[in-house]
Amino acid sequence: MLKVEGVSRIFGDKKVVDDLNFAVEDGEFVALLGPSGCGKSTSLKMIAGLEDPNTGTIELDGKDITHLGPGQRKLGMVFQSYALFPHLSVKENILFGLKARKVQKDEQQKRLTSVVDLVGLGEHLEKKPGQLSGGQCQRVALARAIVSEANLCLMDEPLSNLDAKLRNEMRTEIRALQQRLGMSVIYVTHDQVEAMSMADKIVLMNDGRIEQIGLPEDLYNRPATVFAAQFIGSPPMNIIPAGDKLLGVRPEHIRIEDGGMPGRVISCDYHGADTIVLADISSNGDTESLVKLRYPGHALFTAEQNISIHWKPEFEHQFSSSTRTSIDAQPTN
Amino acid sequence: MIRRLNLKAWLLLLPALTLLVAFTHWPTLKTFWRSATWAKSDVAPSQFVGLENYELLIEDPVFWQVIQNNFWYAVGTVPTSIALAIGMALWVNGKIRHKGLLRLAYFTPTILPMITVANIWLFFYSPDIGLFDQLLRAVGIDGPNWLGDPDMALGSLMAMTIWKEAGFFMIFYLAALQTLSPELYDAAKVEGAGPWRTFWRITFPLLMPTTLFVLINALLNAFKLVDHLFILTKGGPNNASNLLLYYIYETAFSFLDSYYAATLTVVMLVALALIALAQMLFFDRKIHYR
Repeated sequence: MLKVEGVSRIFGDKKVVDDLNFAVEDGEFVALLGPSGCGKSTSLKMIAGLEDPNTGTIELDGKDITHLGPGQRKLGMVFQSYALFPHLSVKENILFGLKARKVQKDEQQKRLTSVVDLVGLGEHLEKKPGQLSGGQCQRVALARAIVSEANLCLMDEPLSNLDAKLRNEMRTEIRALQQRLGMSVIYVTHDQVEAMSMADKIVLMNDGRIEQIGLPEDLYNRPATVFAAQFIGSPPMNIIPAGDKLLGVRPEHIRIEDGGMPGRVISCDYHGADTIVLADISSNGDTESLVKLRYPGHALFTAEQNISIHWKPEFEHQFSSSTRTSIDAQPTN
Repeated sequence: MIRRLNLKAWLLLLPALTLLVAFTHWPTLKTFWRSATWAKSDVAPSQFVGLENYELLIEDPVFWQVIQNNFWYAVGTVPTSIALAIGMALWVNGKIRHKGLLRLAYFTPTILPMITVANIWLFFYSPDIGLFDQLLRAVGIDGPNWLGDPDMALGSLMAMTIWKEAGFFMIFYLAALQTLSPELYDAAKVEGAGPWRTFWRITFPLLMPTTLFVLINALLNAFKLVDHLFILTKGGPNNASNLLLYYIYETAFSFLDSYYAATLTVVMLVALALIALAQMLFFDRKIHYR
């Protein structure tokens, strides 16, 4: 189990990571999610020991590792660029750490065979990374990270260099592998789909701070802040000013029904399964108030057409307009 | 159309080709020819003598001494300057203050012309009044005659050459080091590799293309750079510090025997070509090029 407590990192006079607190249970897949520059990679590097935190402690399995060297922390890591050693064969890349740690020869072979089976690299063992495709390089990096049988595996945007199709495949594969091996994983990504579909728990970061920690469905159903509400979901949640409050409704929860709030269609964006309709719901004289809504199938609305929209009250979120945090009554269960 | 394109190509090549043929290929061929001829005097017509000049060479004790000197000169300077260059490059590539100044300091010997360098070192090496002897005297040691003692002369030249070359080679290593991804080193650290293993398993192999380039240049320089001999020892005492190229110069312009000088030149050309070829063949298979 990993515990991060009060960890900060300051570059110059900028707090890149500000008071980070979270924990990773054994066998848990935790996604560190956030826009680029939010400090998630720096956080990962501090856990790996590649950056030194200015304050706070990091504890792995009850042992303080805050200032331990990266090699002594017993963790594996997959880098964004894969960081494979270009002059070494696939086999030598995978065995690099075991050799550095002076693991017995027969144990090395045993682990190599099982790991190569797991990621499916059997026929490529003698090749150099330059002869492999992006997906295969990704597998080598993965194999190198798990062959050490470390307590914790860190992944820094591991899929960002792959094309969309391969990314979907690898997503499923990494998740399956993690569950099969019962590994704890910290997975850094800026892609909400990756985080939502793979993680047991999401740590959402913004501007060096944690916005919200929770299950994927928590972040979707009960966003703690306006930022969280708009970061998760596509298109993002509509935020409508209402007095001293902000109302939030997801586009997929808005229906076009008679007898609702009047609106005026501005444009339609056809996506196949559904259509994203952009509408103005300001009453006369008000400043423009735009919402997006998801309409199943192909919507045939013309610009300027008047519609009436409606959403169920349980899908409505409320935020304070000053703190921009949720003021929903939390369900008591 | 094609013919016109060809003509244009040849015209564009012409300036470089002229220089190359006139000053490299033609003289080389003439040297080969001249090494197979001989004349009684400058005015007498030269005549073909086959391999006679080469027989002369085999019986020439100075030639063998010069070859031996050159061998030890290469063995003594090349690996040391390469090792120093890598060490200095690693150091100035690291996280230290005043990096720029240090790099400049190491590069200075390379900027200076060899003749200047030799003059500076002449002062270092002067018996009694020289820097080294003065320093040694300060700690109570009677310094040797660095350049005058046959046992010391070649070694003294080697020390100066290493000083001059290491900074030059450092620049190549520095450039190569800066192309290596820092993530590779992060990965090595996470995998638990210490600095020693990281150097020998990652840095050194990835620097091999540079090492081959530097090695070839260093070896060629061991034969080509003789400017300092003119200032420091003139090959003496008793040929103790004489090198092949300087011997060729002496033969041609002091002893005015251009036929024997041509023969020596052929030996040098062949030797250099063989060295370059052997290095290419030997290392090409072992080096990882990106």
